[in-house]
Amino acid sequence: MKQLLIDYKQILSEYITNREEQTLYNGQNYVRQLIQKNVAPEDLVNIHRKAVADIYSDLPETLSHAYDFLIEVMVQFGLKTREHQSLLIQKEELRIEMEIAARIQNILLKTAIPEFNKLDIGMISKPIRKMNGDYVQFIHHEQNYLSVAVADVVGKGVPAALCMSMLKNGLETLEYGNYDPSYILHVLNRIIEKSVDDGMFVSAFYGRYDIEKGVLTYSSAGHEPALYFSSKFGSYVDLESKGLLLGVMPEVKYPQFNIKLEENDFIMIVTDGVTEIRDCDVIEARSLLKEIAFSLRHLSAQEMCEKIYAELQRIQDYNLNDDFTIVILKK
Amino acid sequence: MELNVLFHKEKNKLKVIIEGEVDTFTAPKLRDQLDTIEINPHVFIELELSQVVYMDSTGLGVIVAIYKKVTRQNGNLKLVGLSNRLKRLFAITGLSELMNIEADVKVV
Repeated sequence: MKQLLIDYKQILSEYITNREEQTLYNGQNYVRQLIQKNVAPEDLVNIHRKAVADIYSDLPETLSHAYDFLIEVMVQFGLKTREHQSLLIQKEELRIEMEIAARIQNILLKTAIPEFNKLDIGMISKPIRKMNGDYVQFIHHEQNYLSVAVADVVGKGVPAALCMSMLKNGLETLEYGNYDPSYILHVLNRIIEKSVDDGMFVSAFYGRYDIEKGVLTYSSAGHEPALYFSSKFGSYVDLESKGLLLGVMPEVKYPQFNIKLEENDFIMIVTDGVTEIRDCDVIEARSLLKEIAFSLRHLSAQEMCEKIYAELQRIQDYNLNDDFTIVILKK
Repeated sequence: MELNVLFHKEKNKLKVIIEGEVDTFTAPKLRDQLDTIEINPHVFIELELSQVVYMDSTGLGVIVAIYKKVTRQNGNLKLVGLSNRLKRLFAITGLSELMNIEADVKVV
C-alpha cells in the first residue's frame, strides 16, 4: 500500500504541474496495478486523500471530514457495484444453460410429420419463450393408423419442459400397442398424476385416425375442443369431450368419440395459445379462427397452419402471449 | 393489472376474495396467500372469483393445488362468482365435474 501511495502521489503531482495527456495515461496504467492488487475504490479515495495532504500543507481541517464521508459512500457504492456485477454473471450463466436446455428440448421433442396420399397433415408449434410448453407427436402404426397427440403443459419454462419429457416417454411406451385414445389418456394421467406437484397439469388431445376408413377416434383431457369442418355442410362442429386434465386425480376415465371424415373435410387441433386472445372472448376468438381457416381451406394443411399463425399474429400486433400450436388433418 | 387477495372470516367459513388478473406473473402471489390458510378437516373455504377479470392456466394451477390440498385433508372448498369465461375454462378442463362450483353469487 505504501508503494501505491508513493506512485499515486508522483502521478498526481505531475498532473497538477503539467496537466498533460501522458500523465493521464500513466494514471490509467496505475488503475491496472490497483485492480491486480485488488484495491477497493474506497481505498483509492484514501490514497488520494493522503497524497493531497502531502502535496498541500495548508488544507483546511474540515476537508478531511469530507474525505471521510466520500470513503463511506464509496464503500457502499463498491458493495452495490460488485453485487450487481455478480448478478449479471449469474444471469449470463443461466441464459447459457437455458439455451442448451432449449436445444436439447428441440432435439428430444422433434416429431416428423408423416406423409400419406389419403391424408394431408400440417403443423405449426411456436414457443413464446425459449422452451415450448406445447407438444405434438405423430405416431404412424403399421396397420394403417395415424395417431396424433397434442398437449399443453401448464406453466412455462424448465418445469414444463421436464413434465413434457415424461409425457413423451409415456406416449412412446404406448406407441406400438395401437390402444384406444381413452386408454392412452387413462395411462398418461396415471403417470403424470404420480410425478408432478399439485399445481401442475397437462391438457391433451389424442386422436387415432384410420386411414382406410377415414374415421378419427379421439379423446380429450381438459383440452381446448378441436374443430371439425364438414365440407359438405360448409360448417364447423366443436369436438367437445368432457375429460379431466391429466395429473389432477389418480383414476380418471376418458370417453372417446368417432368422427368420419369426407373428402375435403378437416380437423383442426389447437392449444389455448391460439384461442386465448386477451380482451377478446374465447368464443369470439374461436369464431375468428374458424373464419380464417375457412378462407384458407383450398390450401394444403401445412400452408393453412402457417397462414393462420401469420394472420393471428398480425391481428395481435405480433405480440402473442402463449405457446401457439395448430395441427390440421385434412382429407 | 394487480392482483388482490382478501380474507374474510364468517363463522365457520373462510371467504377468500380474489380480485384482478391471475396469470403467470400474479399466480405465485395468489399461491403464497393461499398457502397461509391453515387446512384441517373442519375447514370450509370459499373462493370468491367474481372480481377476477382474467385467469390463465397458471392461475388454474393454483386453484387445482389448493383443491387437492383441501381435499386431502377432508376439508371443503367451494368456488363462487365465476364469470362466463371462467365457467367455460372450468368446464373444458373437466374441473367443474370435480369441484364444488356455484355458478351465480348474489352481489351484496
